[in-house]
Amino acid sequence: MSDARNSILTKLRTTRDAHPLTPPASDFAPIEAKVWPPEERLPRIRRLMEAVHTEFIDAAEADWPAVLREFLAREGVESLLYAPETEAGKRLVEGWGTVSPSPPRGEGRGEGEASHDSPEGSAMYPPHPNPLPGGEREFEGMGEGPTLIPYDRPLEDLKPQLFESIEAGFTTTRGAIAETGSLILWPTAEEPRTLSLVPHIHIALLRADALYDTFLQAMREQRWADGMPTNALLVSGPSKTADIEQTLAYGVHGPKRLVVLVVHP
Amino acid sequence: MDGNAPDFAAASRAALADPQLRGNFRRAMDGLMSKRAAQFADAGEWHAVRALAASVRLRALSKLPELLEKLEENCTRNGITVHWAATTEEANGIALDILHRVDARLVVKGKSMVTEEMHLNAVLEKNGIEVLESDLGEYIVQLDGTMPSHIIMPAIHLNTKQIAHLFKRKIKDAESREDAAYLTDLARRVLRAKFQAADVGMSGVNAAVAETGTLCLIENEGNGRMCTTVPPVHIAFMGLEKVVEKLEDVPPVISLLPRSATGQPITTYVNMISGPRKDGEKDGPREVHLIILDNGRSSIYADPELRDTLRCIRCGACMNHCPVYTKVGGHAYEAPYPGPIGKILVPQIEGLDKRGAMPHACTMCNACVEICPVKIPIVEIMGRLRVEAVKPGGAVKDGGAKASRAEAMVWSGWAAMNASPTAYRVATLAMSKLGNAAPSSLPMLKEWTNVRTKPRFAGRTLHDLARAKGVPDV
Repeated sequence: MSDARNSILTKLRTTRDAHPLTPPASDFAPIEAKVWPPEERLPRIRRLMEAVHTEFIDAAEADWPAVLREFLAREGVESLLYAPETEAGKRLVEGWGTVSPSPPRGEGRGEGEASHDSPEGSAMYPPHPNPLPGGEREFEGMGEGPTLIPYDRPLEDLKPQLFESIEAGFTTTRGAIAETGSLILWPTAEEPRTLSLVPHIHIALLRADALYDTFLQAMREQRWADGMPTNALLVSGPSKTADIEQTLAYGVHGPKRLVVLVVHP
Repeated sequence: MDGNAPDFAAASRAALADPQLRGNFRRAMDGLMSKRAAQFADAGEWHAVRALAASVRLRALSKLPELLEKLEENCTRNGITVHWAATTEEANGIALDILHRVDARLVVKGKSMVTEEMHLNAVLEKNGIEVLESDLGEYIVQLDGTMPSHIIMPAIHLNTKQIAHLFKRKIKDAESREDAAYLTDLARRVLRAKFQAADVGMSGVNAAVAETGTLCLIENEGNGRMCTTVPPVHIAFMGLEKVVEKLEDVPPVISLLPRSATGQPITTYVNMISGPRKDGEKDGPREVHLIILDNGRSSIYADPELRDTLRCIRCGACMNHCPVYTKVGGHAYEAPYPGPIGKILVPQIEGLDKRGAMPHACTMCNACVEICPVKIPIVEIMGRLRVEAVKPGGAVKDGGAKASRAEAMVWSGWAAMNASPTAYRVATLAMSKLGNAAPSSLPMLKEWTNVRTKPRFAGRTLHDLARAKGVPDV
């Protein structure tokens, strides 16, 4: 196929050099000019995202795991997939109950590794380190709450649960954009891409002090061009479509609900 | 003349006779136009960001060969395998090789107009590979066995009732319910099982960033993310013009594309892919391939005027605002790209013999040029293609295919008449006296009067009238 490569590039180069093109300068000022007073950014993000059915809950640094747990229990959500190795994942586990200490951990990992190669491996999952379906590890005083499930193995070993039973996924964000009402997602080895894609509900943690005016400002200040992750995303609402007679319908392929958990400093 | 050449005039007549189709398009286009207008309420912002986006595209074209090399270098460094295809046959061959190597049985696809250009689905099916379009509109069109009628809203020609009937016929256990929410949920259930099981996911590319080796895809449904994230192999297809120089060039394009296309401030997802799953990562495809397709684009690029065709970011706004497209709909063009951009792009890719009618399906009203977010001079290019169609040996494939000696004689007579004051005076005098007596069935007149009323000639010529008003002869 290098024949095609060389002939294409040679033709482009020859014809371009025969008729060079001088583009006008790119003036980014019209985008740089889009700024909002800091106190208006969050309300704007909220207004734009709520207009496309995003839900918001507010919490403080100290109690956001409990606020989230209460929200999910109230909504009748029974399972929440999370990234156990991220700071937020650890906080989530620690803060899940205010009465009980951190749940025991450990045995799930080894079995997860073992199940990796066995065909029944995924069918045997859980066990995971945290709660059991029977509710033995329900924290006292919290009533019925969702089961925490760690994303601690490759997608291949989690696919059936991910597609068929897990209801919600929890991710962090790298901030949000005021111009368009968009969350910045930055999946990593610890926080996989599918956490925010496959479960019916996506819960995204947004720190109220990580707000940007525009996409351009965010990528400049976070120096994206120096190194992109395998996948970076802007997410501006739950999945939607208008392909049937322009009638807006939510939850076509991605999450049906997007819940932004705003953590105020 | 190709015996299978699409007959735009006949297809248009059929479309015009279908009131359901015309109603579906009229409603949809009116909605899209007003939503777009609301997004660009600030004219100053529109003009400034539009100038920026046009400069981004022009700068990319000015360095096209270098940027493609840089894109290849950075994608390769990121672990993306880059392939080059001069023709659609080559691109299909590359895709098939990958599919055979991984023994693929089921392919899920996100929206990609380039693969429509390649007729990839037919090729895959011929090779025994099940291929499923997953964008809801594309899925509907695939179930219906037709083609997209709009590049952004593929099933815009159908209404809810028609789609409900289609689903009832084609999907097991479907209820007969004319309810968009129900139909959407039904498609969700069918397609989720396919995303889970697919061996390979395919997608297009909205912009490929040379600087970082990043493929940007925008979408609302999440099917694009599914196709590029869940299956073990991802194959992305792009026309060679889709490259931009820097990551910073993406925001202006993303700012205008969804606003122009559907009147949304932004799409639900902006998906930026810079590589397959890395060691230690738990998901993402194990392989990512990028197939860069030429298919005539390098010839378009060779001509300094026609080159502007390649600025296009495929927002589809030109369709929404085109008085011809709105009346006849997308299928009448029988082409992967309908509407104004199709009328200049498709003849250049497929040749003026087969597609000579397309540049004529235009009133030159300039609406498309007014709203194009990257300022493509569509109407000028349309005029140029009309000339190329009758001028043998020009820059465009099958140039001169529509040349006719009779027409050439008429035009040279016209030129001679206008070059000589005496001939002009005699001719205009003759027309003012005899024009109204000429039957509209005269060979040359007929083409015009077939679909129009023959104009009435004034009894006195303009020169005559001017002289009467005291304007001196020059």
